[in-house]
Amino acid sequence: MDTFSVFDIVGPRMIGPSSSHTAGAAKIALMARRIIGRPIREVRFTLYGSFAETGRGHGTDKALVAGILGFAPDDSRIPNAYEYAKESGVLINMIMSDEPTRHPNTVKIEACDDNDRWTEVMGESIGGGNILITEIDHLAVELSGDYPTLIIRHHDEPGVIAEVSHVLAQMRVNIAFMRVFRHGRGEDAYMCIETDTEVTEGMQMIIVQLCHSIRQLIVV
Amino acid sequence: MITLTDAFESGKTLCEFCMQENITLAEAMIRREIAMGEMSREEILEEMHKSLLVMRESIRRGLEEHVESVSKLSGGEAMRLFRYAKYEPFSGANTCRVAASAMAVVEVNAAMGQIVAAPTAGASGILPGVLLEIGVEREWSDEKLVQGLFCAGAVGLLFAKNATISGAEGGCQAETGVGSAMAAASIVELSGGSPEQALDAAAMTIKNVMGLVCDPVAGLVECPCIKRNALGASNALLCADMTMCGITSLIPFDEVVAAMLAVGHDIRREYRETAMGGLATTPTGKAVAEKVHRFQEFERGRATI
Repeated sequence: MDTFSVFDIVGPRMIGPSSSHTAGAAKIALMARRIIGRPIREVRFTLYGSFAETGRGHGTDKALVAGILGFAPDDSRIPNAYEYAKESGVLINMIMSDEPTRHPNTVKIEACDDNDRWTEVMGESIGGGNILITEIDHLAVELSGDYPTLIIRHHDEPGVIAEVSHVLAQMRVNIAFMRVFRHGRGEDAYMCIETDTEVTEGMQMIIVQLCHSIRQLIVV
Repeated sequence: MITLTDAFESGKTLCEFCMQENITLAEAMIRREIAMGEMSREEILEEMHKSLLVMRESIRRGLEEHVESVSKLSGGEAMRLFRYAKYEPFSGANTCRVAASAMAVVEVNAAMGQIVAAPTAGASGILPGVLLEIGVEREWSDEKLVQGLFCAGAVGLLFAKNATISGAEGGCQAETGVGSAMAAASIVELSGGSPEQALDAAAMTIKNVMGLVCDPVAGLVECPCIKRNALGASNALLCADMTMCGITSLIPFDEVVAAMLAVGHDIRREYRETAMGGLATTPTGKAVAEKVHRFQEFERGRATI
């Protein structure tokens, strides 16, 4: 792994006790909060595998609640996350499942925003505090959360991907990683673009204006 | 001529690179980080200083406050050992204080406090315990201690690249073993030891715990992790002393790293963080796990708020 930074070895700074069960869990929920992008009223967490078995002892549940409230994995408020959730009126539901999953540290986050719209996010804590968002509303994706990320929902037709990458290039935004997914030919498709620099609100407006096939743009 | 890109291929190339450039392991690590292009030198040093402050605070908390883990299995032992250090302990007052500081961090970790993984959360006590406690005794500046953290990072990186730093892959030797190797190398380099000497100290610490299994009771980062951090700290001190008096490692660093990985892969799955063997499945280990599990069930019942 040539991409190791010194801060992966001496670091990360985090709230214990476990980089996978605590820090990773917080990061998954924080990503889910960004994907939802609106004030959250109610959340249902379903914990699988090792998250369900040893989660409480590792404070996995508290870390998840903290992440959904917007706390980073090194935020000292994590141990008291339930109190903060109560204070901000966010309803929390914690479900332990014994269903098998692909990765032992998996969580499903179903959240309802202030428009009564439910979003479902699946995440895996893959070790050392690193995570993967694997599903958004049943669509398979792969997001690490290590880079600013654009999620674009668009009509599946030729040229859309070229348009978006061209506009990004014009704005001097470098693409680090890019993946495309779709439900089926000619249906809704998604682009997940991880960039080296932030995509500002102004840039987002330009992208939406110039690329007509875009139906929705989320910045995570 | 070795380039910065090739320098971190092995301990040997890293030492050759340091000699060629006439720099320390810490400086090589900083240059590699700059080359990654995300941050300037000043930002990199500042970022590491932030981690140093978190390390110092986690030791202070563990030694001064009454911390208790979520499972209620641990807390308060670091403070006890630190206080006992003044009563002529068998292992010497220094070792006792360093070991207690290492335990303090892992107790704070288990109590959901803030720590710096080094290289992991389960081994997070050794590097700060050794470096900061020795730093207090020798009056090392923060600037110097930050250099120590970069040196530790360089050694840890070699293990991460050429072996593993995950207990699930290589057992406890990969976590507390590597933590000790990083700590030993850092105090050797800060005391004027050469890059070769720093890596020799690192090699010796791993040799001392080759094959150590990861067998956490109830799957939690508490027993035996906290006391293994105390062992890791004293192992680091001893190997650093052996190095500074001129003792070398018969088996070179890179070969020790390779052996550690091979042994790690030979360790059965039961002994690699699964809590399915070793101390975790002793009668007492199982009883504790059962108790923690019941507590979990109880908590589950009142989870909905």
